[in-house]
Amino acid sequence: MQDLQDWVIKQLSVFVENKPGRLAAVTEVLYREKINIRAFTIAEAGDFGIIRMVVDRTEDAFNALKNAGFTVTITRVLGVEVADEPGGLYKIAKALGEQGINIEYVYAFTHGDRALIILRVDNLEKAAEVLKKEGVLYKM
Amino acid sequence: MFWDPRTERMPEKELKEYQERKLKALIFRVYNHSPFYRKKFKEAGINPWDFSGIRDLSKLPFTKKQDLRDNYPTGMFSVPISQVVRFHASSGTTGKPTVVGYTTNDIDVWVECLCRGLVSCGVTREDVVQISYGYGLFTGGLGFHYAAERVGATVLPTSAGNTARQIELMKDLKTTVIACTPSYMLYLAEYALKMGTDLRETELRMGIFGAEPWSEETRKRIEEKVGIDAYDVYGTSELSGPLFTECEEKCGIHVWADHFLIEVIDPESGEQLNEGEKGELVVTTLSKEALPLIRWRTGDITVIESEKCACGRTHPRIMRILGRADDMIIVRGVNVFPSQIEHVLMQIPEVGEHYMIILDRAENGLDVMTIQVELSEKAEVDRVSDILELEKRIAEKLKSVLNVTAKVEVVNPGTLQRFEGKAKRVIDRRKI
Repeated sequence: MQDLQDWVIKQLSVFVENKPGRLAAVTEVLYREKINIRAFTIAEAGDFGIIRMVVDRTEDAFNALKNAGFTVTITRVLGVEVADEPGGLYKIAKALGEQGINIEYVYAFTHGDRALIILRVDNLEKAAEVLKKEGVLYKM
Repeated sequence: MFWDPRTERMPEKELKEYQERKLKALIFRVYNHSPFYRKKFKEAGINPWDFSGIRDLSKLPFTKKQDLRDNYPTGMFSVPISQVVRFHASSGTTGKPTVVGYTTNDIDVWVECLCRGLVSCGVTREDVVQISYGYGLFTGGLGFHYAAERVGATVLPTSAGNTARQIELMKDLKTTVIACTPSYMLYLAEYALKMGTDLRETELRMGIFGAEPWSEETRKRIEEKVGIDAYDVYGTSELSGPLFTECEEKCGIHVWADHFLIEVIDPESGEQLNEGEKGELVVTTLSKEALPLIRWRTGDITVIESEKCACGRTHPRIMRILGRADDMIIVRGVNVFPSQIEHVLMQIPEVGEHYMIILDRAENGLDVMTIQVELSEKAEVDRVSDILELEKRIAEKLKSVLNVTAKVEVVNPGTLQRFEGKAKRVIDRRKI
């Protein structure tokens, strides 16, 4: 897919220990830089967690967090927009599964009558093609 | 470059003969002037007139830290206090402090030894030497101070602590050489970055680091992060203070054999070990007057290398201190040196320079060792499995080196304790 770059969403992941105040410390950095968080989730794993988010100014947020001493990674993920109704996620999970693409993680949120789903897959290019064909790939 | 070329390059045979003469004289001297050694020799059946020299060395009794404590404060001195021009004292964190005294000549020998070292690393009168070791009862600050002055360098005696000011002065006065602990150097570099200063862009070109064991990997990291040449220095307060350094070859620390006679022993049995074998460093002071020490147990684990160094100096070298005989932790019956852990961690790019070792005893009575280490910016942190696999990889490497299982916890950068003096990285919470 030639225009893959247009469809890929750059997501920030931040490592945080599972301790009081750590989330506040991360979000304070973003607040000071006037960065808006568009999508957000925390994967929790006992002693630590990973904050994943999509923000309006990824590079600025990345640098600000890094300078504040956090370990940050930028990951390429895909966004999918479906109607906020039963079967929305099923449809895309099935399409990807049939093509042998593994979903590493997914998180979703709704706004209005639409649901936005963020996916990390093991084969970004192929997944983007499949989702585009389904007409659900979201361009930020 | 040499400070004292004739002595530093003295042919080995000549050096050995010189040591023999000085050792015999020392044995007479302590027998006659030190009630402590006279008693000790009598107990061990040593008669100075029968002592034949270095080959009889292993017959002499050891001197231990406990001897200094038992004879606190000055019971082991061999000269009247009127001849003593200075005292230094150890911190006494693990018992009574130990007091060391120096005659004028003792100070002179100490300073000469370190001058040879500084010059062998390439310090010249053009350098500005910032001394960030503590000044006072601790020997680090004053030891470096006198030697750097005698070499003709410009001394900036910042002492330890007040990191922001250290960095400010370093920039303003164009420090070229720094002397401090390796852990403090890393802390300084990190702190400077937060203040908006990259130490690589300053005039700093060399660091002389010691007072705690550090690894070759830490040297690489310091050299890379700070943009300097990093050299190792060795000494203990009982032997005088900082005395010996690496030369520009960076392969072992030259021990000045005209003043100090070294051997390596098995810390358990006390048996002398062969060259190249790892054991506890034992030092006999050939020139010290106020507090001469016979077969002083340093507690430091190292290896002796007598092969002539490429720099041309004939004096023997000790390899990097691997740890302390008493720093050794016993985990589930296995001997572990913190330096081994550091060695493993510093080979893993995803982790930072700071770490802690925590020992607990589980309810079933088994020891649990937890290594906390900070993530570096090179770590990938998107999937939970990225972290879990990193922890697993570190644990496997540790296991293969230590032969004991360790639990690994990665933590946020900048959250583990920083040390301005000697790093205390082991927390033993076992109730024994």
